[in-house]
Amino acid sequence: MWPDLGKYGETVLSAYAASLLLLGVLVVLTLWRGKRVRRIMEDLEQRMRRDG
Amino acid sequence: MSIWEYANPRKFLQSSERVMPVLWLSSGVLISVGLIWGFFFTPDDYRQGSTVKIIFLHVPAALMAINAWFMMLVASLIWVVRRHHVSALAAKAAAPVGIVMTLIALATGAIWGQPMWGTWWAWDPRLTSFLVLFLFYLGYIALWEAIDNPDTAADLTAILCLVGTVFAVLSRYAVNFWNQGLHQGASLSLDEKENVADAFSNPLYVCMAGFALFFLALVFYRTGTEIRARRIKALLARQRQEA
Amino acid sequence: MMALLIRDLRLAVRAGGGFGLGLAFFLIVTVLVPFAVGPQSDLLARIAPGVLWLGALLSCLLSLDRLLALDWEDGSLDLLATAPLPLEAVISIKALAHWITTGLPLVLAAPLLGVLLNLPLDGYRWLVVSLLLGTPALSVIGTFGAALTVGLKRGGLLLSLLVMPLYVPTLIFGAEAARRGAMGMGVETPLLMLAGISAGVIALMPFASAAVLRINLR
Repeated sequence: MWPDLGKYGETVLSAYAASLLLLGVLVVLTLWRGKRVRRIMEDLEQRMRRDG
Repeated sequence: MSIWEYANPRKFLQSSERVMPVLWLSSGVLISVGLIWGFFFTPDDYRQGSTVKIIFLHVPAALMAINAWFMMLVASLIWVVRRHHVSALAAKAAAPVGIVMTLIALATGAIWGQPMWGTWWAWDPRLTSFLVLFLFYLGYIALWEAIDNPDTAADLTAILCLVGTVFAVLSRYAVNFWNQGLHQGASLSLDEKENVADAFSNPLYVCMAGFALFFLALVFYRTGTEIRARRIKALLARQRQEA
Repeated sequence: MMALLIRDLRLAVRAGGGFGLGLAFFLIVTVLVPFAVGPQSDLLARIAPGVLWLGALLSCLLSLDRLLALDWEDGSLDLLATAPLPLEAVISIKALAHWITTGLPLVLAAPLLGVLLNLPLDGYRWLVVSLLLGTPALSVIGTFGAALTVGLKRGGLLLSLLVMPLYVPTLIFGAEAARRGAMGMGVETPLLMLAGISAGVIALMPFASAAVLRINLR
């Protein structure tokens, strides 16, 4: 199943690891900030509605 | 119904909420299929050995790095001409995605270049142009961060994007003139001789489609975040005014 | 227009205007290079054109944040924006004044500093010619950067970050022309490209700078 990467195994794997890591960081940061901003906005809207 | 209706932030949020699950799912599936296909089920290249598998990350990332800038250019133009806030915010949202794509292309290129060319980095025209593109992204993002007033920031970054595009293209030609490179020609072109072999091109297409959809999903999500952040700013300002 | 140019020049020359600082910076950078790379004269001769171009570029960059900042602070930019003179002309004059006070002295000083770096004899002519053609582009592009960051508190570092990528084509062709000249090769192509960039930038960039300045003055 696992392909024979030959002498370049480390090269290929590190390229995949680096890319997936960068993509992962991007997604996590994006979702984290998105969630936080959404929560703050909803809190704020609720408070403003309550206070009139 | 005209496409400009999506320029209304509320409408944009509603409809992006609907398409985003589709985008996330399809991009996830396509990237997984493309990478698994490319990683497990393609032969080694007779010259490059197994390192050819890096192409499934390197080329789509490079493609999206350039397309992200192009999308920012179009969004900036729409903002300058039609003053739709969603458009300006979409350009802002795309920049960090673009810079990460540029980083991936540079990183995978360096890792790939080490065994193939015997060096991590060479001042080859393509590599150098990407480094310059990286600097343009940095400047663009830094300018957005530096300005408080959101409309001023949108205007200034839009003009920077337009001017930057001209200079990025100029740099591309200047760099070509300055050094002939190691990098091979286009991986996918109509010229059959230059193309990568068919065994590699099919999973590559899948990965490219996956990256494109992934980019779209991220931009939609981040634009939504920017719209909400803008609304928070407006609400806080109103609150202060009333107090 | 002449009045504005003369006013800008006078302000720059007067003490505190920063005139001469760019030149001093150019000198210091050039002196530091041999300390960094070693005193071998053949190595210095080889890198001299590039170092001098880079030094000129950095000195130019250093003086940019004062280009509009003083006029912004005391409000004379607002006056100039409402004056009958179009803002594009104002910004071109500003760039011209910057070139006369910064670019031109750099061009004149470069051959003297070339002696320090053991620049080959053939190189002097093309170094001066390429700088003469290239520094106006540096001033005009820099003015755009200054206009972009004029309202910001700590715009200096951001200004460098924004302007440096825009300097890439000018630097490549300028330094290439100087390098080829120093090595006795043909310089026509890079010089023509450099002249083309300068001409295009001088013709078009003021519109972008004026647009940016109008947004900042809003």
